[in-house]
Amino acid sequence: MTWEPIADIAVKVQKGELKAADLVEKSLAAIAENESFKAIITTTEKWARERAQAVDGGDNQGRLAGVPFIAKDNFLVFGAETTAASNILKGFNAPYQSTAIERLETEGAICVAKANLDAFAHGSSTENSDFFTTLNPHDTTRVPGGSSGGSAASVVLGLAPFALGTDTGGSIRLPASFCGVVGYKPTYGLVSRSGVVAMASSTDVIGPLTNSVADAALVLDVMSGKDALDATTVDKDVSGYVLDLEFDIRNSKIGVIKEYMGDGMQPGVREQVEKAIKALKDAGAEVQEVSLPSLPLALAVYYILCPAEVSSNLSRYDGQRYGLSYPDAKDLDESYTQARETGFGKEAKRRIMIGTYVLSSGYYDAYYRKAQTVRTKIIDEFAAAFESVDFLLGPTAPMTAFKIGEHSNDPLQMYLTDIMTVASNLSGGPAVSIPCGTADGLPVGLQLIAPQKADRVLLAAAATVEGILG
Amino acid sequence: MAQLTREDVLKLASLARISLSDEEVDEFSEELSAILQYVEQLSSVDVSGLAPTNQVTGLTNVMREDEVIDYGYAPLDLLKNAPAVQDNQLKVKRMIG
Repeated sequence: MTWEPIADIAVKVQKGELKAADLVEKSLAAIAENESFKAIITTTEKWARERAQAVDGGDNQGRLAGVPFIAKDNFLVFGAETTAASNILKGFNAPYQSTAIERLETEGAICVAKANLDAFAHGSSTENSDFFTTLNPHDTTRVPGGSSGGSAASVVLGLAPFALGTDTGGSIRLPASFCGVVGYKPTYGLVSRSGVVAMASSTDVIGPLTNSVADAALVLDVMSGKDALDATTVDKDVSGYVLDLEFDIRNSKIGVIKEYMGDGMQPGVREQVEKAIKALKDAGAEVQEVSLPSLPLALAVYYILCPAEVSSNLSRYDGQRYGLSYPDAKDLDESYTQARETGFGKEAKRRIMIGTYVLSSGYYDAYYRKAQTVRTKIIDEFAAAFESVDFLLGPTAPMTAFKIGEHSNDPLQMYLTDIMTVASNLSGGPAVSIPCGTADGLPVGLQLIAPQKADRVLLAAAATVEGILG
Repeated sequence: MAQLTREDVLKLASLARISLSDEEVDEFSEELSAILQYVEQLSSVDVSGLAPTNQVTGLTNVMREDEVIDYGYAPLDLLKNAPAVQDNQLKVKRMIG
C-alpha cells in the first residue's frame, strides 16, 4: 500500500476529490491485511470513522484534512485503550488526549490505530512489549527496531501515511533506520509531552515517522510549539517547519563524526554511509571529519539518567489510581507490590531497580550527579563542533536489523544498539534518520544531527540529502 | 566495582515495591552488576569546572497565572480508570494501623 505526500492528500480532501471516509477505510483495510506483522495493538475504528464523517462534512478541513495516522500506544488517544504495551496499563481508557493528537486532529488528521512498542518504550526491538514482537517487514525473522517499532513497520507497510513515535534514547531513529523510513527527533521541548506516557522526562521527545522528509516537516509543524500543559515546551520557529527554504549544499559544511565511523560498524553499513558521504562531496558540500571525544561516554550517561527517571516516573503505577489493581491484597503495601510484580515486565523492573540504586542515598553523587556533569561535557563538545560545521553526520546505528532473539538474553548488548542515537537526546538537539541504501537487503539509516532549535535548517538539509541519495 | 549481592537486589526490590522470584533475584544480581560496571566508566572522567545539566534547553521557573482553568472534565471522568472511588476521591486501603 502506498500513499501520496501528506500535503497532497489534504488538499484533495479539501477540494472534495478524496473522501476522508475512503482514506480511513483504505488504512483500516491495510491494517487488516498486514496483521501478521504485528505492528498494531488495537485500532480506533469506530472513533476514526466518526471523525472521517465529520471531516467529510466540513469540520477540521485543515492542512492534514482526512489524513489517517497511527500513534504509538504510549499516546493518550480517544477511541482505544492506551497500554504502552504493558500489562499494568491494560484496560486503561484515557480520559483526555495528548496535546500532539489534539493538534493533529484540529488540522483534520485521523488516528486509526495504536502501534506496538517495547513496554513503556524500554527497548530497541519491540521484544520487550508485554504483548508480542513486531516483525520487520523487510525480513520477518528480524526485529523492526525500537522502541517505536510498530510505528516504523506501519509506515513501511503503508498502513497509514505517517505514524507517531517517541524518542528517549533513539526510539524513533533506530526503528526508522531498521525499517527504511524517515524518523525525526525534534529539539527537546518542541512538541508537548502532555498526554504521553512518561519514560525519562529529561530526554523524552515526540516526533513523526514518515515516507519523506517533507511529510515529517509538515507533521512537526502542526504538532510543535508551546503548550501550557507541558512547562518544558519551547516556542516553534517563527517561520515554521514546512519545507520552503532551499538548502545550499554547495556552501554547506558537514562534519562526519569520527567516533561513529570507528570499528564495530557492520561493513555493509560503513559502505552505504561512505557512499552517501561521497555523494554529498560530489554535490559540492565541504565534508570534514569532526571528533567529539566524549561521545563514547554518552551511552553510560544515558543508562544512569534514563533508569533514574524511569524509576521515578513508573512509581505512579501502584495499583491505586489506574491500571492493574489487587483489591484482595491484605494491606496497602501488598496491593502496591502485587500490582507492580504482575504488571511490569522484566525490562521495566530492571530499569526501576537500576534507577533506585543510582538514586539511593550515598550513591546519588557518584552516579546521577556525575552523569549529569558528563552530560554537560558532551553538550560542550557538540557546541564546539557546530562552530565549524552546519550539521553532523554518521550512521543511525552501527548495524542493520538484528534477528529476533539475538540480544534478548543480554540487556547490555541490547542497550548498545542505541550507541549512536543517545547523544542527541542528551544534548537536546534535533536529529533525523533517513534511508541510505541497503546492506544484504536490509535498510541502512543515515543520521543528521543539528544544534538545539535548528530544526528548520536540519529539515531543509535532510530533504536535500534525501534528494541527493535518491 | 559494583557487584550486587542477592541481599542488595532484595533491598532494592523492596524499596521499589517489587517482589521477585528466587530465580529473578539471581538473574538480576548478575545483570544489574554488569550494567553498573558498564556505567562506572564515568567515574574516571575528569569533569572539573563543569556544572551538571539539569534542564537541557536552559529554562528556569516557567510560571503561569495562578488561576483556575476549566478543561471541561468532571472529576468522575478523570477517575473512571480508578479501581475504587468514593465521594469523588480515590479509595485505598488503610494507611495507618
